[in-house]
Amino acid sequence: MDVSTLTIKEAGEKLASGEMTAEALTQNYLDRISEQDESIHAFISVSESALDEARAIDARRALGESLGPLAGIPIGIKDNMLVQGWEVTSAAQILEGHIGIYNATVIDRLKQAGAVLIGGTNMDDAAMGSSTETSHHGPTMNPWDKTKVPGGSSGGSAAAVAAGFVPGALGSDTGGSIRQPAALCGIVGLKPTYGRVSRYGLIALASSLDQIGPITHTVEDSAIMLQAIEGYDPKDSTSATLTNTTVPSLIEKDVTGMTLGIPKEYFGSGMDPRVRDVVMEAVQELERAGAKIKEISLPHAEYALATYYIIQPAEASSNLGRLDGLRYGYHSGGENLQETYERTRGEGFGTEVKRRIMLGSYTLSAGYYDAYYRKALKVRTLIKQDFDEAFKDVDAILSPTSPTVAWNIGEKFNDPLAMYLADIYTVTANLATIPGMSVPCGFVDGLPVGLQILAKPFDEYSLFKVGATFQDRTAWHTQTPT
Amino acid sequence: MKFSKEDVVQIAKLSRLHIDEEELKQYQEDLASILGYVEKLQELNTDDVPEFQHAAGGVNVFRDDVVKESDAETRRLAIENFSEREGDLLKVQAVFSNRTE
Repeated sequence: MDVSTLTIKEAGEKLASGEMTAEALTQNYLDRISEQDESIHAFISVSESALDEARAIDARRALGESLGPLAGIPIGIKDNMLVQGWEVTSAAQILEGHIGIYNATVIDRLKQAGAVLIGGTNMDDAAMGSSTETSHHGPTMNPWDKTKVPGGSSGGSAAAVAAGFVPGALGSDTGGSIRQPAALCGIVGLKPTYGRVSRYGLIALASSLDQIGPITHTVEDSAIMLQAIEGYDPKDSTSATLTNTTVPSLIEKDVTGMTLGIPKEYFGSGMDPRVRDVVMEAVQELERAGAKIKEISLPHAEYALATYYIIQPAEASSNLGRLDGLRYGYHSGGENLQETYERTRGEGFGTEVKRRIMLGSYTLSAGYYDAYYRKALKVRTLIKQDFDEAFKDVDAILSPTSPTVAWNIGEKFNDPLAMYLADIYTVTANLATIPGMSVPCGFVDGLPVGLQILAKPFDEYSLFKVGATFQDRTAWHTQTPT
Repeated sequence: MKFSKEDVVQIAKLSRLHIDEEELKQYQEDLASILGYVEKLQELNTDDVPEFQHAAGGVNVFRDDVVKESDAETRRLAIENFSEREGDLLKVQAVFSNRTE
C-alpha cells in the first residue's frame, strides 16, 4: 500500500479500524526511507527501536487499551531535540557523539500520545540557516527538485513529510525555520505562540524566539500534533498555562465574518512577482469563502530583519557558550583550558555559526551594547506594537511565507545577507511572539509557494480555521513530488 | 561600517574561537556587511520607546530548591558523554595556572 500521501488522521483511522497494524505502517515508511532517502537526505539517523515501539502499540491495541491520538503514527524528530539514548547533534560537528541523556518534554508527550519515533531529521548547523546546506552531515535536497534547497533550518523534517517518509515531523522555529521550509516543500508548518510548547530538551538557539511546532500535510494534522505536545511544563519557566487548549474536532472550515489583513509592506519590492500573484490568488479564494479582506499597515516591518539579526546572534552567542567540548561532544585539546576552548569551538563550529557567535559577542560588548542590542530591543517593542494595533482591526494576517520559491543548492551559500533575506516575512512572528503558519497555496515553475497566516498570541484557532478552510477549497496540499 | 582584522581577532578571542589566519579576511567582510545592514535601525528615533522585556510576559517563576536523584541510566549516559574522565569524574584542565600571559 502507498503510505506516502497518508495524513496523520487517515493513518490513525486505518490503525483504529484494524485495516493496518502500526508495525506494517512503520515498516512501510522505513522501506521508503531506505529506498529513497539517499537522494534526499532528510534523515540523519533512523531509530532502531521504531518497529519495537510500533509492535508495542499494536499489542496494547489488541488488549483493548485506550490509546493516545498519535498511537502508532511514525513521527520524524528534528536533530535538536533530545531523545534519551539517541545521538543528538543539532547537525553540528561540535555535538558529534553527544548522546541525549533525557527526553525533551515534546518527546515525552509524543510518546504519551503513542507516536513512533522514527528518526532524527537533518537541519542547518545548530539551526542557523535557511537552506539546510550548513549541516555537518551534508545538505538535504528538495523532494520537488533535487537540485534545489528544501529551506531551513528544519529542512530535513519538511523534506521528510513532503517525500512521504513520515506523515508528520517536529521542527523548531526561531525566525521561520518551520514555516519557510514547509513553504518551500509544499506542506503545512506551524510556529505556535511563544510559550505554548515547552522547549525543555530543545538545544537552544535564541531563547526569546525559539518555539517547537509540527510539520504536516494538512492543517487538521497540525492541530492533532499540537494538541499532543502543547501545554505548561514546570521544566520550562517560559511555558504558559493554557486557557485555550487545542481541540482538533472544533476547527470550523468557515471564515465567514472573519476579517483578514493584508500588510501593504509585505507585498512591496524584493518579492518574486509570480509568488505575489499566487499568494494574492489565495487571498481571493479566502475572500470568496466569505472572509473580509482589509489592507493594513505594519509600519516597522522594514526594520524586522535588522532587529532579528541583532537579537538572534546575541542570544545565540550566549547560549552556545555552553558548548565547550568538556562535558559532551567534540573535543580538541590544547596546551591550557583557554586553548582547548578555542580549538574545540574553532574546529567544531561551522562558518555560519562562528559568524553569528562573533556578531553576537560584538553587539553585546561594552561600547556597542547600547547602539546595537539595546536599540534592537526597543525596535522589537515597536514591531510588537504594530501587531497589537493591527489585530484590533483584523482576526488574522495573510502574507507570503517566503519571497521566493526554492533556490539552487549553493546559490546563496557564500552570501550570508542574501540568505538572511529569505526570512524577511517570517522573523516578525518570532519577534512579536505571535503564532504563524504556512499553508501550500500554489506553484511557480513547478515549485511550491506558501501562504503565511499570522494571528494574535494564543489564537492558533484562527490559524487553523483560515488554513483548514483554504485546504477544504483547494487541492494544493494533495499534490506530491514525483 | 569599518572593521579591521584586529577587531575580528579581538572578537574571536572574546568568543573563545580559534580562527585561521586565512579566514580572517572573509569574517572581516561578512561582519562589516551584516553590521552595515543592521545599521538601518539608527534611522528610527527610539528615545521614548521601552525595551522589549520578556517574551513570556516578564513574570518570575519561583520554586523550592529540591534535590532530586537522577536514575542510573541518566547518570551512566551523562558520564559516558564526558570527553575525558577519571572513573566517574569529569577531567578538565586547570582553570587557573601560575603562568601569567
